[in-house]
Amino acid sequence: MDHLLNVMTLLSALLILFVLRSLRRAHIRVEYSVSWLGAALTLLVLSRSRGALRWLGETLGMEDAALTLVFIVGCLFLVVLYRLSIVISKLKDANISLTQRVAILEFHLRSLDEGQETQKTV
Amino acid sequence: MIPPDLASSLLIIIPAYNEQATVAQVVREVRRSLAGVRVVVIDDGSADATAPLARDAGAMVLPLPHHLGLGGAVQAGYKLAYELGYEYVIRIDADGQHDPLEIPKLFEALRTSGCQMVIGSRFLEADAHHTSLMRKTGVRFFRAVLRPILGQSVRDPTSGFVGVNREALQVFSRSFPLEYPEIEALVVLQRRAFRFLEVPVSVRPRMGGKSTITAPRSVYYIVHVLLGVLVNILKFERSRWRR
Repeated sequence: MDHLLNVMTLLSALLILFVLRSLRRAHIRVEYSVSWLGAALTLLVLSRSRGALRWLGETLGMEDAALTLVFIVGCLFLVVLYRLSIVISKLKDANISLTQRVAILEFHLRSLDEGQETQKTV
Repeated sequence: MIPPDLASSLLIIIPAYNEQATVAQVVREVRRSLAGVRVVVIDDGSADATAPLARDAGAMVLPLPHHLGLGGAVQAGYKLAYELGYEYVIRIDADGQHDPLEIPKLFEALRTSGCQMVIGSRFLEADAHHTSLMRKTGVRFFRAVLRPILGQSVRDPTSGFVGVNREALQVFSRSFPLEYPEIEALVVLQRRAFRFLEVPVSVRPRMGGKSTITAPRSVYYIVHVLLGVLVNILKFERSRWRR
C-alpha cells in the first residue's frame, strides 16, 4: 500500500509540474488550470496524510486506504471532466453564433459589393 | 404560382453540405417555378463546389466558414431571413427530394391558416411516399412519442420540407435545435403555444448524395432527439416557473 501511495504522490507532483509548465507556455489558460491544480494538490496532500486518508476511508466505509485514494481520484477527475464538458458546450454555442454572424456579415458585404458594381455599370 | 405582390415576402432557404451534384439543378428548378422569389443556399462549409455552383445557378449564398451541421445551417438561414425582414421562409433540401412545384401549396397554407409552421408531409395521402422499413418504423415511433407532448398527431415529424412565418422565425433565430432539428423544433413551437399544420406533398427520389442517418447512426439519432425533446420541455417548464 505504501508503494501505491508513493506512486500517487509522484504522479500528482508530476501533474502539478506538467500543468505549471503548460501555464508558463500558455498552452492552458489560468482559469482552466485551477481544476487540475486543485485535483492534483488534493491527491498530493491525501497521499502523504495517512490519518486523513484513514478517516476518509472509515467515513466512506472503505477499509483499504489505497482504495479510498483511488475512489477519491476517480471522483475528482469526474468533477474536472464535467466542468470541462460545460466549458466545451459554452464554447461550442459561442462558436456557432460567431460562425453564423460571420456568414451573415459576409453575405451583407457581398450584397453591398454587388450593388456598387451594378451602380457602376449603370 | 405565387402572386407577384407576395413574392418579395417569401425566402426559400436550401441548406447544403457537399451537394455539388444536385444543388444547381435544385436552385434552377426553384427559380423556374417561383418567379421573383429569392433563393438562399446556406453552404455549410462544403469542401466541394457547392457554393459557386449555387451562385452560378442564380441563388444567393450564405457561406458558413466551417461545418455546423443541419440545425446550425438552417438557423443561420432563419437569422438572415429575420434580419432582412421576410415574412415567410420555406426550407427545402438540396438533394432534390422536394419538388419546388409544391412550394406554393405550403406558402398558401402558411398565409391563410394562421399557423406559425407548415410541414410538407410525405405520409398524408393514400399513395404516400414509400420509404425504407427502418425509416418508417422510426417515423411511427416518433409519432407515438410526440402525440401526447404536442397534443396532436403529426404524420411526418422528420420532414425537412417546412415553412415558417415571422413569429416562428423570431423564435428560431434565438433558439433552434442544432443537430437533428425537425422534431425538436416542433416541441419548441408547441411549448410557446404556436400552431402547425401538415399539408400533403410528394417526394421524389434523391438526385444524388446519401442520407446522413445510416443504420448505425439511427440509434444515436433516436437517443439524441428524445433527449432534445425532454430538454426542451424542461427548459420551458423552468422558464414558466420563473415567470
